[in-house]
Amino acid sequence: MTDVQSYLETPSSPNLKGIRAWLLTTDHKRIGILYMISILFWFCIAVTLGLLLRTELMAEGKTLMGSETYNAVFTLHGVIMVFLFIIPGIPAIFGNFLLPIQIGSDDVFFPRLNLLSWYLYIFGGILAVVSLFSGGPPDTGWTFYVPFSIQTESGVTFTVLAAFILGMSSMLTGINFITTIHRLRIKTMGWMQMPLFTWSLYATAWVQLLATPILSITLLLIVAERIFGIGLFDPGRGGDPILYQHLFWMYSHPAVYIMILPAMGVVSEIMPVFSRKAIFGYKAIVSSTLAIAIAGSLVWAHHMFTSGMSDTAVFVFSLLTFVVAIPSAIKVFSWVSTMYKGSILMTPPLFFALCFIYLFSVGGLTGLVLGAAGTNIHVHDTHFVVGHFHFVMFGGAGFAFFAALHFWWPKMFGRMYNFRNAYRAAILITIGFILHYIPMLILGLQGMPRRYYNYLPRFEAGNFFAGIGGFIMVTGIMLMLVNLVQGLRKGAPAVGNPWGGTTLEWSVPSPPPLHNFVDQPSVKSYPYDFTDIIQQQAGSKQV
Amino acid sequence: MNEVINPVHGVDQAFLYILGFSVVLLLGITITMIVFVFTYSRSRNPEPSDIRGNWKLEVLWTVIPSVIALSMFYYGWSSYTGLRNVPAGALEIEVTGQMYSWIFLYPNDKETENELVVPLGKPIKLNITSSDVLHSLFIPAYRIKVDAVPGMKTYAWFLPDKPGLYSMQCAEFCGVGHADMTATLRAVTVSEYEEWLKLEEE
Repeated sequence: MTDVQSYLETPSSPNLKGIRAWLLTTDHKRIGILYMISILFWFCIAVTLGLLLRTELMAEGKTLMGSETYNAVFTLHGVIMVFLFIIPGIPAIFGNFLLPIQIGSDDVFFPRLNLLSWYLYIFGGILAVVSLFSGGPPDTGWTFYVPFSIQTESGVTFTVLAAFILGMSSMLTGINFITTIHRLRIKTMGWMQMPLFTWSLYATAWVQLLATPILSITLLLIVAERIFGIGLFDPGRGGDPILYQHLFWMYSHPAVYIMILPAMGVVSEIMPVFSRKAIFGYKAIVSSTLAIAIAGSLVWAHHMFTSGMSDTAVFVFSLLTFVVAIPSAIKVFSWVSTMYKGSILMTPPLFFALCFIYLFSVGGLTGLVLGAAGTNIHVHDTHFVVGHFHFVMFGGAGFAFFAALHFWWPKMFGRMYNFRNAYRAAILITIGFILHYIPMLILGLQGMPRRYYNYLPRFEAGNFFAGIGGFIMVTGIMLMLVNLVQGLRKGAPAVGNPWGGTTLEWSVPSPPPLHNFVDQPSVKSYPYDFTDIIQQQAGSKQV
Repeated sequence: MNEVINPVHGVDQAFLYILGFSVVLLLGITITMIVFVFTYSRSRNPEPSDIRGNWKLEVLWTVIPSVIALSMFYYGWSSYTGLRNVPAGALEIEVTGQMYSWIFLYPNDKETENELVVPLGKPIKLNITSSDVLHSLFIPAYRIKVDAVPGMKTYAWFLPDKPGLYSMQCAEFCGVGHADMTATLRAVTVSEYEEWLKLEEE
């Protein structure tokens, strides 16, 4: 490779120096890195809060903290994980960095809007911190259910505004991605030549754009209720608390797909590369991505089977929930079949992706128990739900995030990390994960409600084991992050295409130059055609 | 007289049906994955085949899961109707959730706090509301849970079939005392119930 300067050396505007070259950059890759640093910061905070919760629960009675503190900690854990980690996680870091390269463009369509999105993200984070010191930390749970969220004296107003600002950030990223994919896709790339990660970001962006305004309005209504007492959700004045739940979940269920669709995109990239074989059923994966985005927007009230809404509504939303399970199943079958007759090279990203498939399947299957009306009633709002959504959100979106870190790290920084430590970390995280969340599923079936700082004596054993699992998992996460950061200094230099990938980001140097492409990118008629890679390898063996 | 069917069995069967299928599917996926990883490792299989899909297989694994999913929906729904259709002649008890306890009001205007006493063998209908924020009455032993919503009446019913003490908990987060908002369900014989109802009334 000729000596091209990477984006790490060239600022997007030549007169910017030092820290300003980062904080005022419009380069999508640098913005991706800014997001990575800030998102990982919040992730570490939220993991710590989560571990505090599980430590409190390891023994019956009050051990580490009382009810008030516990309520604040689980609220913050949820708010930070949802709004500051999982929703922006994959799209804002990897989407920003890779989407323009994958479609042969030199940046997103609105580079300055992209930077503004990052500043909104930071501002939202600061507002969340402010809420801790304005009337006490929020204590409503991340769902802000009325009437409690209107009556509590804690700093909910600021927390809600923080989520509002973060929603703006997410929405602007969505607009940016949709426009970029439509307008900046290289002329030779048709829709069916687009990489699956880009496809998943495209579907996600539409959900972000269409669903987030509902949350924004709902959150503002809470603020209006708290400040002016207009009575929309207050039954004493003709309001309806269940209306709030509908509005909240109309965003927050599609939000689950904002979290999982990009994760599915990541896995759809990793499986073919390490199997050195075409993805099984490209079109089926594309259509299931779109099907999930559409059908996923119509199932929100399955969070409300016990809320007092009509039995007819329960029937409809339960049925739709089973419909949305099918495209997810298709994806799982396609990923597994991709390996059939492949030439599989085990690497840390593939290892994480395989763990993803297993854990996500558990998450999806436990979701069926929750989607069925009769069984939902028993496990709703219990630890079964907590276990289920952590399998999907953490075992799914989180593991895909880890896989993406290991897959694209050499591309982003031009350095490889230590494989052995990466495996050690991955194994610790997976074993810890299973030990952590399986007991929660069982506790839920036995009838332990969620959001309890204390519980009946018969639930003690399960909570104790879950706590042990939590510590193992967090040890693994720390090891993983340290190993990646160490790779930046000590790691061997990475070549442009270390894994043998076929999408465009692997055709440019690692790390990529400021304008992404040195030569005119050439688009394959089928994005996962490994013929060249196989020939290259055969050629290098003969030499 | 028709015999009253206890809806707990229906719910438990739905649990078994869904969880059973899930375990089989999960094992299938996991084993296939592990077998593929070893069978087609790069050292064993250096030459990958160029397979890009198989529409027959794809149709098959769309149709079969759809059928399974719909059957799960059906079991879930039919067990749910069991929980919702209150048999005629049920004993009605008014329940009010408040921060942080449960109040039970009996037909003879007798009131208890955090203790629900019911006669065996008679369907019990609970009419539930809240006097402040949302709560949710959860009786794990009878697989029922329903939110207590201010300004609205919700209901649940169950058939006490075994004498004993059962726990009831609040399942909808309601504030500082949420975890302590527990109550006891005591199922006693009809004569004991009648006695209890009169005894404490005086």
